Amino acid sequence: MKKYRAVVAGCSAGGMQAVATLLAQLGTSFRLPLIIVQHLHREQGEYLFRFYSSSTHLKVQEASEREKILPGNVYVAPPDYHLLIEHDETFSLSVEEKVNFCRPSIDVLFESAADVYGPALAGVVLTGANSDGALGLKRIKDCGGLTLVQRPETAQFPEMPRSALLCVHADQVLTIEEIGRFLMTLKPEAAY
Amino acid sequence: MTSGELEAIEIDLLLEAVFRRYGYDFRSYARASVVRRLRLLLEQSGIASVGELIPKLLHEPAFFQELLFAFSITVSGMFRDPEFFRSLRENVVPLLKTYPFIRVWVAGCACGEEAYSLAILLKEEGLAAHSTIYATDINDQALAVAKEGIYPLRQVREYTENYQKSGPHDSFSRYYHASHDHIVMNRELKKSITFANHNLVSDHVFAEMHLILCRNVMIYFDRELKDRVLRLLDSSLIRGGFLCLGTKESLRFSCGDGRHDEIDSKNRIYRKRVLEAGEGRTR
Repeated sequence: MKKYRAVVAGCSAGGMQAVATLLAQLGTSFRLPLIIVQHLHREQGEYLFRFYSSSTHLKVQEASEREKILPGNVYVAPPDYHLLIEHDETFSLSVEEKVNFCRPSIDVLFESAADVYGPALAGVVLTGANSDGALGLKRIKDCGGLTLVQRPETAQFPEMPRSALLCVHADQVLTIEEIGRFLMTLKPEAAY
Repeated sequence: MTSGELEAIEIDLLLEAVFRRYGYDFRSYARASVVRRLRLLLEQSGIASVGELIPKLLHEPAFFQELLFAFSITVSGMFRDPEFFRSLRENVVPLLKTYPFIRVWVAGCACGEEAYSLAILLKEEGLAAHSTIYATDINDQALAVAKEGIYPLRQVREYTENYQKSGPHDSFSRYYHASHDHIVMNRELKKSITFANHNLVSDHVFAEMHLILCRNVMIYFDRELKDRVLRLLDSSLIRGGFLCLGTKESLRFSCGDGRHDEIDSKNRIYRKRVLEAGEGRTR
């Protein structure tokens, strides 16, 4: 059976509720790191973590540079920085130009995660009103990773999942609750 | 061997080639960002693989300049993190005012947005006549943009919003004039900044500074290089001088605890102690 080392997820408009719903499906037995890029206004920061922490027992935190990525933790990209993953499985940040008018950009995270984790990565695209994440998800697929997309008609803003589906033949197209339950079935690598 | 592993070898060789040919050392840069930049450069130049870039880089200095531009992260924006600039006004400026003259260094200034922001702030705080701003970068192409002080008009709304949140005394539109699709910073501001080439990775201490801004520069360095550059910045700072880092930069002064005070931990403003720990104890 295929084993996994990390899950990356991206969302934009409607993302707060979507992530909270996803987190609510993840029990403490979830043993993968979940790394999220969400397009946010920088003011939303602190409220967001309180809100997410109230939906899950997993530890939810802002990803910080050079931090070691650990299983069972939920990381959210800081506003106004791209979030990337290094080969030693630590985070790095960048203030490079916006991608798809976004910083952080889902594509940037997904592409660097695909480089590091290859087939041991699962990528999730949720609700949003733009097309960020589509190319990144394609890269995950090309590197042998697992691709999941929220079923567009169940998304608050269907454009982002729709764009992803135009770009990638996704492995799973599910509701958020189903995605959460599916992630729970992923088998972590033995090192975790 | 996977294509990723192959690309990793090509990148190692390319960085080695650049270092030995031009003396610019990107080998200690955080890799994920280097990979991204190189892939963008490939896309732009229509070249198929990183390996093919190597002979071109070795034989065409002009192409190396393009790589250098691609590698310097040239986006920062004016008054990025307005709260930081507000804190600078409230917590640092009053102390800077106690000196007859101050020297300020914007290290890694890229296209100059941060340097102009600082020039505006110092002017509003009445420090313009008593200060010099040095703004340095490794990239001559970026420095040329900075000297011109020309920025796209579409950025102005964001700059103005940031400026307004930074505790200003005036209106941002006073500092530029718009023409066509860009803005040009005022001549007076330009004159207050000295732009120069300086390489944090290989060059030495710059001068005795009262204030150093090096924000979102070391996030691209690996740990060892970051420590080295931190020591360089620290040596360039007078005792009692201020060092400002990016708001998401983790600072553990590995070069000696007890030598710096946190002035504003959220906005990453540090002050080098006048007396080091242990000094002045024996009388």
